[in-house]
Amino acid sequence: MTRKKRRLYFVSLGLLALGAATALMLGAMGDSLLYFYSPSDLAERPVAEGQRFRLGGLVEEGSVDKAGDTVRFVVTDMVNTVPVVYTGILPDLFREGQGVVTEGHLDAGGTFSAANVLAKHDETYMPKEVADSLKDSGYWQEGADGPPAGAPAAAQGAVRAYQ
Amino acid sequence: MDQLIAFLDMGGYAGFVWSSYGVTAVVLGGLFVSVWLGLRRDERTLARLQAALGGRRRGRAEQAEGADPSPAPHSASARPGPAGITPRTADNGEPA
Amino acid sequence: MHRFANPTRFLRIANAILPWSVAVMVLSLAVGLVHGLVLSPPDYQQGETVRIMYVHVPASWMALFVYTAMAVASFVYLVWKHPVADLAARASAPVGAAFTVISLTTGALWGKPMWGAWWVWDARLTSMLILLFLYLGYMALAGAFDDRQRGSKAAALLALVGWVNIPIIKFSVDWWNTLHQPASVNPVGDSGIAIDGSMLVPLFAMALAFKAYYVTTMLMGIRREIAAAKARTLRLAEVQG
Repeated sequence: MTRKKRRLYFVSLGLLALGAATALMLGAMGDSLLYFYSPSDLAERPVAEGQRFRLGGLVEEGSVDKAGDTVRFVVTDMVNTVPVVYTGILPDLFREGQGVVTEGHLDAGGTFSAANVLAKHDETYMPKEVADSLKDSGYWQEGADGPPAGAPAAAQGAVRAYQ
Repeated sequence: MDQLIAFLDMGGYAGFVWSSYGVTAVVLGGLFVSVWLGLRRDERTLARLQAALGGRRRGRAEQAEGADPSPAPHSASARPGPAGITPRTADNGEPA
Repeated sequence: MHRFANPTRFLRIANAILPWSVAVMVLSLAVGLVHGLVLSPPDYQQGETVRIMYVHVPASWMALFVYTAMAVASFVYLVWKHPVADLAARASAPVGAAFTVISLTTGALWGKPMWGAWWVWDARLTSMLILLFLYLGYMALAGAFDDRQRGSKAAALLALVGWVNIPIIKFSVDWWNTLHQPASVNPVGDSGIAIDGSMLVPLFAMALAFKAYYVTTMLMGIRREIAAAKARTLRLAEVQG
């Protein structure tokens, strides 16, 4: 019995130490685990011109301007914005008001020149009819900060924004 | 017919959707079959061993005429007992 | 022989559960497939590719669930030396690895058309790949020693240490910017469920089918391990005369 108790304490203590060590390590690694910078991250910690990194956020409504293969749009996180220019094929889910992650570098004018563009979608799934009726009833708030009071359960996710 | 084609086409994403279900079926099905076959093989091996070992122990116990009451828990008929009382069944394949 | 007292009792329980878990698996799989492939509607953004969710998400849930079960069994084995706990952990590993492989491949098949990439090295996808390596490492360690008990101990230790990866996978989408979206189903917390009811039917049916699949294959696996262990002792008894 005592041996079993000792083993129990020993294993539990080891796991506790391991958990603490992992938490500390993840905290220290911090930013290196970020897959992309938001426009606000970029404003806080500027990246040198020409250095390669990823920029992510929402494609600002009405900002997409296609001219042949080249497309210009603005990435926003509702606080800050960065203009982006990209030449190439866009993913099927690339739309205004939807999430996007671009990889490239800043040029001299402060425009982000993207080498590739990935679409980032949110965690909401619903049939088109439900989405349409939400829009009709005014519960739809793309990019807003949370569901309005009394929104139906299905709308809760639909109106949530990226953080 | 058109409905069937539309269903199989999956809105133009047929390759992605059907391969997802295909991969799932192959991986889960393959593992299931391999676990099942392994279970059958190991349980058959065990049964063969138990039969062989049980038979041999019974045989040995008879030769020793109860002098060596080594336990053979797999066979009720091989319980150690006084000489001569051990039932001389022929189920071990040897003439009694 | 008292060593087998527990496994023998366990076998009785396992054999009583097996027909039920097979029945639940077949029924919920049928419901999940019919709803997932035919009856449920396409998504307003992702169209028909949303059907990949009905295998991808339950497989990912199971990948985490099976690892946690394996870690718990390993803990019980290390502390109380319960032989069935070791067998349960050993039987779980290949099932968990299979679910992880499904999660990764269906994720790639979903990511290509929707995101525009088969694979990205964001925190969610990378930690999921590490989970696969943990499963493979467990299986390799468990079979690496001539002394079976040493293999069990080493593998159980790896399973416990590797468990720190589970909360990292779960919360990676909340802690860091990732290309992968946050969880759609949150039983606890304020966010709730961000999936329409019509799509929840196939999702939960497939989740139940996968859980029943795990129970079934794990019980069969333990039964197999018990038979193999008994055969080993019998062979040893034979050799020792």
